[in-house]
Amino acid sequence: MNIHEYQAKELFEKFGVASPQGKVAGTAAEAGQAARDIGGTGLVVKAQVHAGGRGKGTFTNGFKGGVHLVDTAEQARDLAGKMLGQILVTHQTGPEGKLVSKVLIAKSVDIKKEYYFAVLFDRAGSRHSIIASTEGGMNIEEVAEKTPEKIIKEPVHPTLGLQSYQCRKIAAALGLRGPLMNQAVKLFTAVYNMYLKCDCSLIEINPLAVTTDGQLVALDAKFNFDDNALYRQKDVSAMRDKTEEDPREVAASEFGLNYIGLDGNIACLVNGAGLAMATMDIIKHYGGDPANFLDVGGGASKEQVTAAFKIILSDKKVKGILVNIFGGIMDCNIVATGIVAAANEVGLSLPLVVRLEGNNVEAGKKTLAESGLAISTASDLTDAAKKIVAAIRG
Amino acid sequence: MAILVDSNTRILVQGITGDFGSRHAKLSLDYGTKLVAGVTPGKGGQFFEHDGHKVPVFDTVGEAMKETGATVSAIFVPPPFAADAILEGVDAGLDLVVAITEGIPINDMIKVKSAMGHRKTRLIGPNCPGVVTPGTGKDSHGGCRIGIAPGYIHKRGNVGVVSRSGTLTYEAVWQLTTRGYGQSTCVGIGGDPVNGTNHLDVLKMFNEDPETEAIIMIGEIGGNAETEAALWAKDNCKKPIAGFIAGATAPPGRRMGHAGAIVGGADDTAQAKKRILADCGIAVSETPADMAVTLLKHWGKA
Repeated sequence: MNIHEYQAKELFEKFGVASPQGKVAGTAAEAGQAARDIGGTGLVVKAQVHAGGRGKGTFTNGFKGGVHLVDTAEQARDLAGKMLGQILVTHQTGPEGKLVSKVLIAKSVDIKKEYYFAVLFDRAGSRHSIIASTEGGMNIEEVAEKTPEKIIKEPVHPTLGLQSYQCRKIAAALGLRGPLMNQAVKLFTAVYNMYLKCDCSLIEINPLAVTTDGQLVALDAKFNFDDNALYRQKDVSAMRDKTEEDPREVAASEFGLNYIGLDGNIACLVNGAGLAMATMDIIKHYGGDPANFLDVGGGASKEQVTAAFKIILSDKKVKGILVNIFGGIMDCNIVATGIVAAANEVGLSLPLVVRLEGNNVEAGKKTLAESGLAISTASDLTDAAKKIVAAIRG
Repeated sequence: MAILVDSNTRILVQGITGDFGSRHAKLSLDYGTKLVAGVTPGKGGQFFEHDGHKVPVFDTVGEAMKETGATVSAIFVPPPFAADAILEGVDAGLDLVVAITEGIPINDMIKVKSAMGHRKTRLIGPNCPGVVTPGTGKDSHGGCRIGIAPGYIHKRGNVGVVSRSGTLTYEAVWQLTTRGYGQSTCVGIGGDPVNGTNHLDVLKMFNEDPETEAIIMIGEIGGNAETEAALWAKDNCKKPIAGFIAGATAPPGRRMGHAGAIVGGADDTAQAKKRILADCGIAVSETPADMAVTLLKHWGKA
């Protein structure tokens, strides 16, 4: 799950992470009022979408740039009016772009130096770790590769949490001395607390900046959350903006299905995450291109199978479907009945190859054969992959 | 022999009265597993009855162990309570805790792992299909089935199987069974990023187990567990290993169902892992359909 920049700012405020003052606005008038409330000159108006490259983006109405500097409330109001309700296209949004329904008005700051600071889940150590660097504003993967000596890594004890001495150690390594050291300890501690309390798996502050007037502030942040913990993170879950997500993924999650859209044209429907990935792989191995990852889980019902078919078919790129079910506990005949019902309900006209294996498989194959539908059954996974690849080639 | 559990192992189920737990407790009883106790707080004194079996239910794991001699637990409790259930099993001194529950928060598992420290209990999972040591009866009846795997696909034999994924394990097991090759023990270590037992731990056990003659190791994108296991196996494993890594077509940064199946860096990709496996002398199966065939060739059986 991703959140908007203004939501990150709200979390900063809640957890006491120093950051330039900002307000969110949903209308041009609100944007003007927000600018007046913040006061002064040197404000920035930023379109709120879940995509990078906003500053260099272009709106479909021709207006250029999703990030602008302004000096008056009137300018803020007028600029917000040009962005709100419009579609912003950046190098990360794809050509269809994203609808801007909110803008952030924030105080712009004069930066003296930029740093990088992140808290992240460290899988190899089964703990969380701090990563920091003097190379702020840069792509951190590149920094790690080219100048690994500029990466500071500090593991956090699983139960003690981040200690003050560790914060001082990091601050010293970054060269944050004098009054900045105390600011750093306060900011690092606040970010770590926010990370833990919100069940994050990543908070990346890039850049963390020292301003010309000697303040240490978080300028931009990226948050990742542990999906497994969302049940106990009501405030975080409320920040979810479904309009920013793939509507097929949203629909799938409503049916307890796990769907991820890809670029290919062979859709697949599989039980189990590992087998679903492996099915995509074998399609590719035999020269096809998977259109999606779809795990229907261990006990898919007829309703779920039908929903899965509808979601798959809402992708207009799809030219054929491969169903791969290893029905260990699941009854293959129930799956087969679901497939037939779904195919009839949606009026399926694309090639469909079904590989069923496991519990009550003979009855399942019989159901498919007697359905009168043009379903091709496969004897094993290799046969299934070859058949669907051949079918879409015509 | 086999590893971890055998047909004499006495099992308890934490969460036996829930839908999920009771369904699989029944299947384990049908398989002939010595399922001797259930634990559901507040339901102590009741019985879990199925097809002539009358399994006592206890309020705590400690009581269940004391009264029934159970040494291994299967956990089916919902995610918010699962970390606590694991710790209860560890505190009570079980030999093995198998956590089937999917969806436990990372922070809960980090604390559990830290708290387990040097305690004697081994944890398998969470988010795993469990452990099966097949029996010698019809359709491998009489074996020890802990978790959610279909029992009948197994066959008693000499191949050890270790995997993060449930359905891919079943796929490998079925490929072996239909070719006449049975399994010593099948271990599903789970798809979460913080788990109790990794590929390396299981490879070491298979290496020491006289009944295991060959091994299938199934991995996926994300993390370095497969790499670590392969590097160890290169110098230490005496037995032929075939491997498969799922997720060659997975886009970076996306969670592919399993919480742990995310391509982060260059080392997390399926291609990188396959290369390391092959460099370490593991026969890599190019597709999931060829896992058994790849092993049998490498093992000199086909």
